[in-house]
Amino acid sequence: MLLILCPYCQSRRAELEFRNVGAAHISRPSDPQTTTDAQWGEFLYQRDNPKGRIAERWLHIHGCGRYFNAIRDTISDVFVTTYKSGEPPPAMPSEAKP
Amino acid sequence: MPDSATMLTNAPPLARFVLRADAETTIKAGAVYGLDLPLTINQGASKGERGKPGARVALKLGPDEFWLIVPEAEGAGVRALLDTALAGCVCALVDVSHRQVGFVLSGPDAATLLSSGCPLDFDLRAFPLGMATRSVFDKIEFMVWRMAQDVFRIEVARSFGPYFEAMIAEARHDLV
Repeated sequence: MLLILCPYCQSRRAELEFRNVGAAHISRPSDPQTTTDAQWGEFLYQRDNPKGRIAERWLHIHGCGRYFNAIRDTISDVFVTTYKSGEPPPAMPSEAKP
Repeated sequence: MPDSATMLTNAPPLARFVLRADAETTIKAGAVYGLDLPLTINQGASKGERGKPGARVALKLGPDEFWLIVPEAEGAGVRALLDTALAGCVCALVDVSHRQVGFVLSGPDAATLLSSGCPLDFDLRAFPLGMATRSVFDKIEFMVWRMAQDVFRIEVARSFGPYFEAMIAEARHDLV
């Protein structure tokens, strides 16, 4: 079973306790009045779909109930690291060559 | 054979509160509650005898989330005390007495039965005395608190009660 380290609980828990909540570090336009439709569209729907490491939001819904961020590898499903909401993403070490 | 001493029993009628508060307010709440609220996440604290008058339970299930559980008859009194003491503090105190039902799973096979549906490791090293956490049991969310080596206190949403009992009964069959 895939175990995920919750940065709030500081324990590794089964993936069953978590929900993926989409890409991390996407900020809402600060002034909706002057935001164009294209910008809203970008904010709402446009997401990267990289092959490799991606920053995502996760929710420990059946645990402490907190949102946190994680760096996950979309190829191997490895959780490289997890960190609390509001913290800047850690500098991602360049991927080790196989 | 499952050990016949392993039993799932209903908890006595209880009043339950969810308190969301910062560290400072937590200390204030603990002072009037009569039991210091745990500082560490996923820890439980208690005093008094379970189900008896004066019993107090405090479980820290999130960074700022506490469950306070007291005998049903004392619920209104505790609520009034906390209401007064926490007036003006930024916090939330919600009565969830009837949201969930409580069980006690006790006996030598208790951890084995829980493992049938829950991915947590119930070894004493991984899940020591006093640890309390939400998790999943089969298809439902539940809260489990280890009160003693072989005694687990469990809370599930009220409508999941029969399901939880049935799944534990099912797991007992598997121990044959």
